[in-house]
Amino acid sequence: MSTPNPQPDPSPKATQPPPLKDWPLWEVFVRSKQGLEHKHCGSLHASDARHALQMARDVYTRRQEGVSIWVVPSNSITASNPDDKDALFEPAADKIYRHPTFYDIPDEVGHM
Amino acid sequence: MYTQSLNVQELPGQNRAAPVVSLESPELQARFDRKLKADGKIEPQDWMPAGYRKTLIRQISQHAHSEIVGMLPEGNWISRAPSLKRKAILIAKVQDEGGHGLYLYSAAETLGVGRDQMLADLHSGRAKYSSIFNYPTLNWADVGVIGWLVDGAAISNQIPLCRCSYGPYARAMIRVCKEESFHQRQGYEALLVMMQGTAAQKAMVQDAVNRFWWKCLAMFGPPDANSPHSEQAFAWGIKRISNDELRQKFIDATVPQAQVLGITLPDPKLKWNEQRQHYDHGEIDWDEFWATINGNGPCNKERLATRVKAHNDGQWVRDAALAYAQKQQAKQQKEAA
Repeated sequence: MSTPNPQPDPSPKATQPPPLKDWPLWEVFVRSKQGLEHKHCGSLHASDARHALQMARDVYTRRQEGVSIWVVPSNSITASNPDDKDALFEPAADKIYRHPTFYDIPDEVGHM
Repeated sequence: MYTQSLNVQELPGQNRAAPVVSLESPELQARFDRKLKADGKIEPQDWMPAGYRKTLIRQISQHAHSEIVGMLPEGNWISRAPSLKRKAILIAKVQDEGGHGLYLYSAAETLGVGRDQMLADLHSGRAKYSSIFNYPTLNWADVGVIGWLVDGAAISNQIPLCRCSYGPYARAMIRVCKEESFHQRQGYEALLVMMQGTAAQKAMVQDAVNRFWWKCLAMFGPPDANSPHSEQAFAWGIKRISNDELRQKFIDATVPQAQVLGITLPDPKLKWNEQRQHYDHGEIDWDEFWATINGNGPCNKERLATRVKAHNDGQWVRDAALAYAQKQQAKQQKEAA
């Protein structure tokens, strides 16, 4: 349920990660049924990936909500910046010809 | 799952809160207002007024605290449940409450407050939780009544929160409400079974209802006339329906359920009002309510002490998990080098 910070420093100062101090935050994705995609369902704190999987199972799949779980460290996710929303997504708004309903097809053609 | 529509920093007798004056960028404020007006959701990365953030942190963390403190009165009965079936149901319910606490802590964390900080505030007594848990669960019927009435009142409170303007809170509430319906039904059904039992068992149900009814009505918070921050919460889209309106809805829904169950609700003034098309009801004892909120209920000290002890007793588990993760991390770094 947490949301990652937008656009973290794109140049990784990749040497070694700092030693762990607290249980880091993980994002949890659950596949509800074979053949469907994994969907984000929330977040949790856990000491490592295996621990995060165990906790995700206990918290998010108590009623057969899933057949598969992904956990991802929250700080590994790069998100778009809300301020860029218009620049990123507005240009698609006036391209209605990209949708099938834009085209009139005679009824006798039937389903197309 | 339990929220109380109440702002604990207010005390009765305080006057209407001063309107919140924004000292922040008018442009950002205007964009925020437009979004609220269009009934859009505010997300963690979006700009929001400091007062909005503060109010949400307080409300969501109180709500989370209520979930995990709410595990205690029912947890007392796990080892004493009357059958294996009831024990399994109760364990599942108490586990749900822990999960609800986690959804809510996660939602609060998106506002920039740390889990550790929230727990520290709960354990020091600075943060509040729903006052309903400061009453004891004296007999098995109490467990049924908590499901039926306490969870029932909580559901009425929480359904409008699914439409709250803050995205992560609203999403947490949707998940919670889905799970909550089982809680109410299992409680009501447990009482139905008791009502088919001996006279002593029926008397236990009536006694439990007598003790919890008024406390449940108080869960909806002070009357609208004495709820100074409500107006701002409405403007911010955090609150959707007033305390009194929710309380009335709950009473109207509960009276027929009590009739089916075969018990009476302990309010001589409870009567159908043909003109209003609602039930009229008696006065809630707000002095008792505020005394409990302010720490003088029958179980305040015990609940907090149990909660702190559970946290401290679990410290070695958290330490061990962290030590293991650190060791694995060091090992991987060594191999990579």
